[in-house]
Amino acid sequence: MPEITFLQAINQALHQEMKADDTVFILGQDIGVLGGAFQATAGLFDEFGRKRVIDTPMCEYAFSGLASGAALMGLRPIVEFQFADFISTGFDPIVQFAATHHYRQKNPLPIVFRAPWGGGSYAGPFHSQCPEAWFAHTAGLKVVIPSNPHDAKGLLISAIRDPNPVIFFEPKFLYRSQRGDVPSDSYTVDLGLADVALAGTDISIITYGAMVPEAIAAAKTLTKSSISCEVIDLRTISPLDRESILATAKKTGKVLILHEARKTAGIGAEIAAIISENAFEYLDAPIKRVTAPDTPVPYSPPLENAYRPNSDNVVHAAKELYYF
Amino acid sequence: MFESDKTDHIKLLYWMMLTRAVDDRSVSLAKLGKIPGTIFSQKGHEAISVGAACALSEIDVIAPMHRDLGAYLVRGMTPGRIFSQAMARVTSPSQGRDVNTHGMGDIELGIIGYVSHLPQLMTVALGAAFSFQYRNEPRVALTFTGDGASSEGAFSESLNLAAVLKLPIVFILEDNQYAYSTPSKYQYAITDLVARATAFGLPGVTVAGNNVLDVQTASTEAIDRARRGDGPTLIKANTMRMEGHALHDSAKYVPTDLLNKWREKDPIVNYKSLLYEKELLDEQTEKSLIKQIDKEISAGVLWAEKSPFPDPATLTEGVYA
Repeated sequence: MPEITFLQAINQALHQEMKADDTVFILGQDIGVLGGAFQATAGLFDEFGRKRVIDTPMCEYAFSGLASGAALMGLRPIVEFQFADFISTGFDPIVQFAATHHYRQKNPLPIVFRAPWGGGSYAGPFHSQCPEAWFAHTAGLKVVIPSNPHDAKGLLISAIRDPNPVIFFEPKFLYRSQRGDVPSDSYTVDLGLADVALAGTDISIITYGAMVPEAIAAAKTLTKSSISCEVIDLRTISPLDRESILATAKKTGKVLILHEARKTAGIGAEIAAIISENAFEYLDAPIKRVTAPDTPVPYSPPLENAYRPNSDNVVHAAKELYYF
Repeated sequence: MFESDKTDHIKLLYWMMLTRAVDDRSVSLAKLGKIPGTIFSQKGHEAISVGAACALSEIDVIAPMHRDLGAYLVRGMTPGRIFSQAMARVTSPSQGRDVNTHGMGDIELGIIGYVSHLPQLMTVALGAAFSFQYRNEPRVALTFTGDGASSEGAFSESLNLAAVLKLPIVFILEDNQYAYSTPSKYQYAITDLVARATAFGLPGVTVAGNNVLDVQTASTEAIDRARRGDGPTLIKANTMRMEGHALHDSAKYVPTDLLNKWREKDPIVNYKSLLYEKELLDEQTEKSLIKQIDKEISAGVLWAEKSPFPDPATLTEGVYA
C-alpha cells in the first residue's frame, strides 16, 4: 500500500468519487484553479472542469443553501468551506433547512460540508476553531472528524455516498504531518463507528481528530510507568458510537475524554453523560476531561500551546486518574 | 392582453378564487379551534402567486413562502392536503411535523417546502436552478420572497450568485409594504427595491402585484429568458398585506386609509369586473366556479378532518434518511 499524507487521502477520495458518479460536484471559494487554500482539491478542476468544480463568490450562506436545492434535485454536492471557522456565515441553511428536511419532508439530502478544522498552526482566533458541538447539537446532521489518512479517505467516500447532510471536518494540523498506508482503490469506512486505535486495560482515552496522535503518544509514554491505555478514536461525533464508548468504559473503569474544542457544552460533556447514565457502576474514578479552556483560540505560540491540549497534559491527567 | 383564449382567463380567476376560499376556510377552522398553529393571510397576494405559477411549465420548480398559497394550488397541492397540514394531520405533506404552509413541499409537484427563515429558500432555489443547468435541462426555478426578507444578507448573496452563475431562476419579490409591523420606510431607504437587481447585474421588472395579467406576463418573459439560458430576473410585485401578519395580529399599526385605498384594488374583484366588461365571464360561469370551489373545499375539509393525527410513537423516526 502506498504511503500518502492526510491531504492526499482527501484529494484521492474526492477524485475517485467524482470519477465514479457524475452527480457529484464540488463548490467553494478558491477550490478550482487554485486547488483550494490547502490544495485539497488540487487537480479536480483540470480533470472535471468548471462545470463540476465551481469557484464561487464569497457567499457561504448562498452556496450552503444551493447545495440543498441541488441535492433535492438528485445531485450530490460537496461544499468546501475554506476554514471551519467560516462555516458560521453559512450556518443558517445547514441547520435550518438541510438538517430538518428529511424529518419534515422525507426527501434525502446527500450533501457533504467539508472544512479544514482545528488549531496547532498559530493561525489565530478565526482560522483555528473546532465548531463540531454546534452541529452535534442539531438533529439531522452527521458530524465526522477523521484522525489519519486511511480513515480520512474511507470516511469521506462514505460521507459522499450517505443520504444525509454530513459535516466533515479535516484536522488541518494533520494534513501534511500525518502519513499512512492508504489503498489506491476506492473503499469506505462506516460512519457512526468508533475505532480502537490502541487496545489497553487501565485507562480509556476517548478522543477524535488531531488529538488521537496526542493520545497515542501519551499512551506510549505511560507504558514506561506500566499504565496501559486504550485509545478510542470516535471518528463520527454525531451520531456517537455509544456501544464503543460504553464498552471501553466498562472495560477499564477509568475514562479520560480528550478534545481540542472548548470544555463547556463540548462533545466530552455528552460522552461523560452517556457513561454516567449507562455505566456508572463500572467506574472506579470520576470521569476526567482534558480540553481547551473556555476562551477564544489565541494566536501567539506560547498562548496557543497553552490553549491546545497535548500529550503531556494527557500523561499528567492519566496519572491522576490511574492513582485516584 | 386578451388575445389568449377564454379558458386561460377563467383559469386564472378560478385559481385566485380557490386561493381565497382555502384562506377563508382556514381562518374559520382556526376560529373553531381545529388548527393548533396559525394561518398566514393570503389577501392581497393571490394575483402574484397565481399569476407567476401559471406562467411555469410542469417540469419547473417553485420555492414559495407563506403568502403563496395560490402557487401551491396551481402546482397541484390539493385543498385537502393544505387543510390537513394546518390541522397537523399525518396525511399532510410534512406528516404533521411543520406548520401550515411551512414545510408544505412535494418534490413530485415541483414544490420545495420552505423554512421560516426568509429568504433562505432563495438559496435553495438556486440549487434547483443549478441542477437544471448542470444537466442541461430546459427547466426553471421560481422563488418568492418579501420586502422584509430583502434586507437579509441572503437576498443579496442569492441575486449575486445567480447572476454570476447565470442560473435559470426567477425571483419574485412581493412588496406588501409591511414586514410584520415594520413599514417599508423603516425597511429600506431606496425608492424602489427593484434597483437591487441592477446593482447585481440582472434585469429587474416592477409589476402591479394586484393585476394577475401583469404578473403573468412579466413572469412569462422572465421564465422564457431563464429557459433560453440568459440567466435570472428579479420581478418586484407591489401589493398590500390586507390582514395582520398572522391570525393573532390585528394589525392596528396599519393606517385605515391605506387599507381602504388598497381594498379598491382587490385582485379578484377587479379581475372579475374586467372579465365581465370584456364579456369573458358571465353569471352562469361565475356561479359554476363558486359551486365547484365550494365542493372542493368541503371535500378537502372532510378528508382532512378524517385524517388521523401522527402517532407519538413515531416522534423520533426519520431524523436521518
